[in-house]
Amino acid sequence: MKTRKKRRAVVNGDACVACGCCVKVCPLSAIQVRHGIRAAVDPERCVGCGKCAKECPASVIVLQEVSV
Amino acid sequence: MKKRWYDYLWIAELIYMSLGFFNILFAWLGMLFFCIPLIISLVWGTKGYCNRYCGRGQLFGLLGGRFGLSRKKDIPGWMKSKWFRYGFLIFFFIMFFQMLWNTYLVFAGAQDLRQVVTLLWTFKLPWHWAYHGTFFHQGAAQFAFGFYSVMLTSTILGMITMILFKPRSWCVYCPMGTMTQLICKAKNGKDALT
Ligand code: SF4
Ligand code: SF4
Ligand code: SF4
Repeated sequence: MKTRKKRRAVVNGDACVACGCCVKVCPLSAIQVRHGIRAAVDPERCVGCGKCAKECPASVIVLQEVSV
Repeated sequence: MKKRWYDYLWIAELIYMSLGFFNILFAWLGMLFFCIPLIISLVWGTKGYCNRYCGRGQLFGLLGGRFGLSRKKDIPGWMKSKWFRYGFLIFFFIMFFQMLWNTYLVFAGAQDLRQVVTLLWTFKLPWHWAYHGTFFHQGAAQFAFGFYSVMLTSTILGMITMILFKPRSWCVYCPMGTMTQLICKAKNGKDALT
């Protein structure tokens, strides 16, 4: 089987300020702020559109390539 | 995405800031913006206020986003560093207590009411046109002037960083955001995330 490259959002948790701006823009509700401390991405739902990364005021979200 | 009622709280923020130009005593309403986030984080251990209800954050998001007033550049690294965020929180606290002290002095009769709004902790703007006397002690008015100064100062700082960086850059170093995140960390513990 051929492996396809897909992109997923990943949060650099330590620098996240838990503002929730990313949550508001995610079309798939794939990112949530957990316990008021930091955001976390659900890799099953994320389609790597990058909206959250663009919105994040602290710019702590990166898109990483993953093979599926 | 579907809009909920709380997506319109930026209107409340706008009204609040405008009211201060007509009657400074309305500044007292701002206590809500101070107490609600703290209560949410203390009771539920979440940043529900930031994540949903904060009209200030929404307003910056709107002005910088829909109205395109933001350059949408990355915020410099030092501004999101812990020492800057915590340092700003401490500075904010010190200035807040100084404001409370000034209020106390007026209550105690040791100082006259000063009808000024202090911007960026430095510039004193005459604001007597928004003061029409009070039923309460003059100290209550002094607190209103002081509290409104805090709100206006943070709005201006937020506007500047909204224009320079991303729309909601203020949320990176907002003392209320930092404080509620710290409360959540203390309440939920570091293990909550593993
Ligand atoms: S990359 Fe897109 S789908 Fe994935 S978390 Fe961000 S906004 Fe949601
Ligand atoms: S927008 Fe950025 S800083 Fe805010 S919660 Fe999401 S990842 Fe964290
Ligand atoms: S960080 Fe401050 S301005 Fe941003 S959403 Fe939270 S309370 Fe509002």
